[in-house]
Amino acid sequence: MIPELGHFALILALCVSAVMGTLPLIGAQQKRQEWIALARPAAQALFFLVALSFASLAWSFLDNDFSVIYVAEHSNTMLPAIYRFGATWGGHEGSLLLWAFMLSGWSLAVAFFSRTLDDATVARVLAVLGLVSMGLLLFVLVTSNPFARQLPAENGRDLNPMLQDPGLVFHPTMLYMGYVGFAVAFAFAIAALIAGRLDAAWARWSRPWTTAAWVFLTLGIALGSKWAYYVLGWGGWWFWDPVENASFMPWLVGTALLHSLAVTEKRGAFKGWTVLLAIGAFSLSLLGTFLVRSGVLTSVHAFASDPRRGIFILLLLVVVVGASLTLFAWRAPKAAGGGSFGLFSRESLLLVGNVLLIVAAGSVLLGTLYPLFIDALNLGKLSVGPPYFNSVFVPVMVPVVALLAAVPLARWKNADFSDMARRLGWPAVAAVAAAAIVPGLMGGWTLLTVLGVFLATWVAGSTMVQLAPRLKSGMPPASFLGMQLAHLGVAVFIVGITLVGGYQEEKDVRMEPGDTVTVGGYPFKFIGVREVPGPNYTASRGEFEVSRGGKSLRLYPEKRNYFSSAMPMTEAAIDAGFIGDLYVSLGEPLEGQAWAVRVYYKPFVDWIWAGCVLMALGGLCVLSDRRYRASKRAAAAARESLERSAA
Amino acid sequence: MKLRFLLPLALFGVIVAFLAVGLTRDPREVPSPLIDKPAPVFDLPQLAAADQRFTPESMKGRVWMLNVWASWCTACREEHPLLMELSKSKVIPLIGLNYKDQRPDALKTLARSGNPYQLSVHDLDGRVGINYGVYGVPETFLIDKNGVIRHKQIGPITAESWSQTILPLIEKLNQS
Repeated sequence: MIPELGHFALILALCVSAVMGTLPLIGAQQKRQEWIALARPAAQALFFLVALSFASLAWSFLDNDFSVIYVAEHSNTMLPAIYRFGATWGGHEGSLLLWAFMLSGWSLAVAFFSRTLDDATVARVLAVLGLVSMGLLLFVLVTSNPFARQLPAENGRDLNPMLQDPGLVFHPTMLYMGYVGFAVAFAFAIAALIAGRLDAAWARWSRPWTTAAWVFLTLGIALGSKWAYYVLGWGGWWFWDPVENASFMPWLVGTALLHSLAVTEKRGAFKGWTVLLAIGAFSLSLLGTFLVRSGVLTSVHAFASDPRRGIFILLLLVVVVGASLTLFAWRAPKAAGGGSFGLFSRESLLLVGNVLLIVAAGSVLLGTLYPLFIDALNLGKLSVGPPYFNSVFVPVMVPVVALLAAVPLARWKNADFSDMARRLGWPAVAAVAAAAIVPGLMGGWTLLTVLGVFLATWVAGSTMVQLAPRLKSGMPPASFLGMQLAHLGVAVFIVGITLVGGYQEEKDVRMEPGDTVTVGGYPFKFIGVREVPGPNYTASRGEFEVSRGGKSLRLYPEKRNYFSSAMPMTEAAIDAGFIGDLYVSLGEPLEGQAWAVRVYYKPFVDWIWAGCVLMALGGLCVLSDRRYRASKRAAAAARESLERSAA
Repeated sequence: MKLRFLLPLALFGVIVAFLAVGLTRDPREVPSPLIDKPAPVFDLPQLAAADQRFTPESMKGRVWMLNVWASWCTACREEHPLLMELSKSKVIPLIGLNYKDQRPDALKTLARSGNPYQLSVHDLDGRVGINYGVYGVPETFLIDKNGVIRHKQIGPITAESWSQTILPLIEKLNQS
């Protein structure tokens, strides 16, 4: 009964989204108040219905209703309750429903937080979101119904053991919040194009939404990276896997969008470019969904399935992106332009950084799709791996990071080069000194470690130089602090990737109980392996003794055999630390009591994720800025600038 | 309309064209590294009788074929008549690996168009398929008396590939 209720709610949601996607849009064009007024209630109804549907599916999981095929395929009575809940989005159908749920949530948020916006704009924005919802709900209902039944019911297969981890609860939700959140910036851009009004007000309204989506996406990607780090047992934190790239490309374009929006809001420049980025960020989210869900590319995430789904998503992609870009080609030439600036100014520097970010995203896109291109042209089969991405991506990002330290010091319109050079003197000296000393302390100079330490110090030094004078004269605005925090996060991130890349140590050894292996200066003593039962698996739990900082500690890596799967899962044991992680994972059992063991020392690896968290905190800090609160004054200012641009 | 504003649309058109072609291809259709290696072991429920299981162990001492199929796979329909012929002629035991498929769908397909398999096993989440390096459906593995993979047919078996490659190889393996 409950699954049918969910199915029915989903069908109703499709109907509501059809209304929400059409009438308010027509109403806004023809100035029919009663149709415009439909937008907000429709968004509320849509959210209610999709939430009901999602809750029904979650309930079916918690209730072990294995007559629902999707539940039977992804759950089992022995699965702990928290994973049964997480399993709701552990497969194709459920994760699409999560997508739809988040989209309706963002729509509701727009309906709720847009009191200061004029009704016609709200109607257009919500209508665009409604159309996207409609496409997605149609996709779910036609090709991927999560509520399909089977009779008789049998106990379910288990959730993929790889997904039985707390990461399942947070990583996909955060990631999808980010992905889907870019739909709001997209909807604002499309609404502005339809209305033919690309102005400062549009940029001001888009900014907080874009920032919020970006914060979620940043955290989502970082969580995924952390998860891969401890669950795959290889100690890697990024694999340039197509699915990872699918989330990283919207992030790069979203980052460019954030900065471009700032220019559009403050200086009225880059309008066409900003709109294009807003369309681009969301298009890449959709493309990511296509890549992940259609199975056209190989990936460790391996979701490949029914080809009909691929065709449907491709059609959705063509309709949404094709229509937006056509609209862009038609409307943007009139609305774009404006805002003059000097050759050396904050605008021009931001533009350079922006273009570089897009080049970086483009190179990731090319690397991700290249195997597909080559195959389509009958030139053979190949795969593109980390060597390509590292050698193309890093050189593009180096100038971006170098610029990031300098741009906030440049003035709008015309920047003073000598003043900037004077203020950046100290960071430059500190960066050169650090680049000369730190790699020596860590164990040797290489091009990448010298470059990495230089950039990290350069960025961190620059944020200090900017913060110090502002802090002396009272509390600076939250948006300024947020920017500095995010940039500092980049510096911390670079420290992490540089030092772990340059100085990690790993040993693959055969160990018998009593053996000791020394990695990174830490002696790891293998005590032995015991069999330990889990709720739906049995584990071989290894025990290691390590002494660190004069203290002796124990690590318990596991090799788990889930009842439902032939593939053993690795659970690495990690002692995380400020200056590095000690990482042990069990390989294969060898003869007698011996085991193949992988032991790593990962210096400063946690700085990678700490950097991402700082970036996200920076974004949150910006969001808390007073300018974005729906104060009367802000509303008045927005309305005023609207009138000015209309005149 | 300025032309440069059409550029993004043009670029997108090119990407879509490639994606569309890509959908018809199989990205992972590369020669199997498993040739002349022991066939990976598995233990899966049978399709028709979920309470009975099948392992390749039980085929030791016989030359046999493992055919990967699914109800959603259109290319499988191409090779289906040939498989039916083959099963009537009893040249070689044919085991089906029903890959990433729903049990009712798979059974319906067999009931409708005929069952060429001695039996099929049900690989719902495709895990065994991954171990066999299955990238696209259909694929067929020829396995010898010692459980070693001797040949892999990517895509449907055609009359040519059957008479020119597979059948001679089966005869050779049966004699050894």
